[in-house]
Amino acid sequence: MASGCCLQTVGPRINESRIGKLGRLETVYDNPSSSSSSLAPRVGLFVTCLVDLFRPSVGFAAVKLLEDAGCIVEVPRAQTCCGQPAYNNGDRADAQRIARTVIEAFEHYDYVVVPSGSCAGTLKRHYPKLLAGDPDWAERASAMAEKVYELISFLTDIRGVSAVDASFDGAVTYHDSCTGLRELGVKDQPRRLLASVKGLTLKEMDDAEVCCGFGGTFSIKYPDISNAIVEKKTKHIAMSEADLVLAGDLGCLMNMAGKLKREGKTVAARHIAEVLAGMTDEPPIGAPAHKRG
Amino acid sequence: MKPTSHAFKQNAAEALVDEQLQKALRNVDRGFVAKRAAAREKLPEFDRLRDEARDIKNHTLDYLDLYLEAYQNKVRETGGQVHWASTATDACEIIQNICMGAGAQSVAKGKSMISEEIGLNAYLETSGLKVIETDLGEYIIQLRGEHPSHIIAPAVHLAKEQVEADFRSKHKELPAGRRLDEPKQLVDEARQVLRKQFLAADVGITGANFLIAETGSSVIVTNEGNGDLTQTLARVHIVIASLEKIVPTLEDANTLIRLLARSATGQEISTYTTYSTGPKRPGDLDGPDEYHVVLLDNGRSELLGSEFRDMLRCIRCGACMNHCPVYNAIGGHAYGWVYPGPMGAVLTPSLIGVNEAGHLPNASTFCGRCEAVCPMHIPLPDMMRHWRDREFAQKSVPVLQRWALRIWAWAATRHRLYQFGTGLVMPMLAFLGGRSGAFRRLPLFGGWTKHRDLPAPQGRTFQQLWRKRRGRGGAS
Repeated sequence: MASGCCLQTVGPRINESRIGKLGRLETVYDNPSSSSSSLAPRVGLFVTCLVDLFRPSVGFAAVKLLEDAGCIVEVPRAQTCCGQPAYNNGDRADAQRIARTVIEAFEHYDYVVVPSGSCAGTLKRHYPKLLAGDPDWAERASAMAEKVYELISFLTDIRGVSAVDASFDGAVTYHDSCTGLRELGVKDQPRRLLASVKGLTLKEMDDAEVCCGFGGTFSIKYPDISNAIVEKKTKHIAMSEADLVLAGDLGCLMNMAGKLKREGKTVAARHIAEVLAGMTDEPPIGAPAHKRG
Repeated sequence: MKPTSHAFKQNAAEALVDEQLQKALRNVDRGFVAKRAAAREKLPEFDRLRDEARDIKNHTLDYLDLYLEAYQNKVRETGGQVHWASTATDACEIIQNICMGAGAQSVAKGKSMISEEIGLNAYLETSGLKVIETDLGEYIIQLRGEHPSHIIAPAVHLAKEQVEADFRSKHKELPAGRRLDEPKQLVDEARQVLRKQFLAADVGITGANFLIAETGSSVIVTNEGNGDLTQTLARVHIVIASLEKIVPTLEDANTLIRLLARSATGQEISTYTTYSTGPKRPGDLDGPDEYHVVLLDNGRSELLGSEFRDMLRCIRCGACMNHCPVYNAIGGHAYGWVYPGPMGAVLTPSLIGVNEAGHLPNASTFCGRCEAVCPMHIPLPDMMRHWRDREFAQKSVPVLQRWALRIWAWAATRHRLYQFGTGLVMPMLAFLGGRSGAFRRLPLFGGWTKHRDLPAPQGRTFQQLWRKRRGRGGAS
């Protein structure tokens, strides 16, 4: 298991307000070279259904980044999806059932980390509301919510990571996925880490904060409107003259990559974790698979 | 106005291919959004004001009955009359009776979304009254026989060339060779035509941005001054407003006004902010002889006790629609009734029924930008979700969608079964799609692949790979 050697941290490494609660983290950081697993936080990785099914390489990139940041990463088997499709389509009873299974599987970790702002937002901001009326679960939902983080902001804000040891030769543009941005405040963190990737240039697109039109089941329920929105997004991506579009949510990425491909645009798409972890051997999202030997 | 919200998908499809509309919508996107951002930037206490504004409205809603009664007493003290209307029809009847009582023939109207909500113009016209909209945007759409496509910019869907054509065909008395290609020329012409109407009007009807319990005043904000003429020149001034427009004090109204124009148009304050209190007093140089306020409920008191209560904080600035990717893609008319965009998606089902307007709260990506810019901190996405909950509970969700969700959810709570199934399907899909990396077409994914490719999966699922790499006895 990696011991933090690949990541640089700067002080103050941990948000002051968190030190009281998680005092033992200080020890890890004061002696990064001697970090031992007994002091490292145990992180439960909530993989998300899209990463699990469509792009496992994002999950492995997340594991690498977390381990490099001195975490012990575990992947509970009892996870499938955060339940957004049910929650956002009025099926509260099923959403509650799914929320309870997620809480059961993850509540005992020091942290729950999610390589998606959207799913992290569901666990962190919406489970407590969803289960507020359930006396057996309301408190558990809130207690777990405290420990849930989106991957990139967890690395910077909680683990104090300020740079990664990765290189990428090219120009990238970054799309601020809506939930990460607006529910979790993920904005500068990914840009700060991208700035440390050797060879990488960030070319901001116009309206980076505007929705890509994915919206989960919205993209299937209202395909024409979704299309009009993603068309604007791919136009801005192309105008940025980047070679690669990055984001922190695979749903948005599949939408943008699928549209770019349909339009015959050559801009590639990847999850930001792949670039930060230096794991860009797999073809970009929606690109042909390598021939395997 | 007969709603077409049930035909939302069809309306939207037509809007998406309407080139002129698409061009006009770019002004919303660029103009309003940039101006609001600049205005917010210049006011360091903007976010603190938002908190204050939310608290003012929450407090008012907690004591709504008390403030409404205080307001009524003040209006009466200043010589005005208050009329309570529980439904749209009640409100229309009350206004019609006031007009008839005053022997009115001609009515000038300031901009009022409530009058759109109750269908006032059509109602008054059936009783032989001539009704003239005096807000430029409202005037234009009245000429065209349309309805507003935006709550603060009713004619935002139109190009100036269309307005020119309308003016030429309706203002026949003016010289045919006149120039009308500049916006200023259009405004001047409207002013010239409307001036006569103001002078001829027997009754002036305005909406209200706020009603102030402390003073019994109503407040309107405008940029054209037409509201002032409407309410001071006619013999009778009627204010039509819904219950939740009430605020306790003058100071409270001013806190909200500081947010309103900035959120709406990016102005620090609108050109005119006009407070009217009662009819003309002895010695006043101008003002109406009669002052009436029609207070409309139309479902508001039911919202008060429901999960949609926060919606009653809305001050109708339009920021939510200006920042909405869906509104910006399709414009306001596609929503099929009076209130478009995110605020309309929450409000409309409560006013015309969720069966008619069920699409509206569903047609959102939940990007959250509306909530982020709402000066009143209204959790619009959460409230759209509440409507979806109700629709699902009353089984108005399409059967196929309902069962797809339920079956998926059933599997999602049985991780071993789920992982077994996905472990079989995903590698197969990867094999099928691997060569090109994406599917142009895929059964059951028609909604997706209609407009974009579906990226193929990489192969085995993360769960499969992880267990293989870390071993069964590894991490949990």
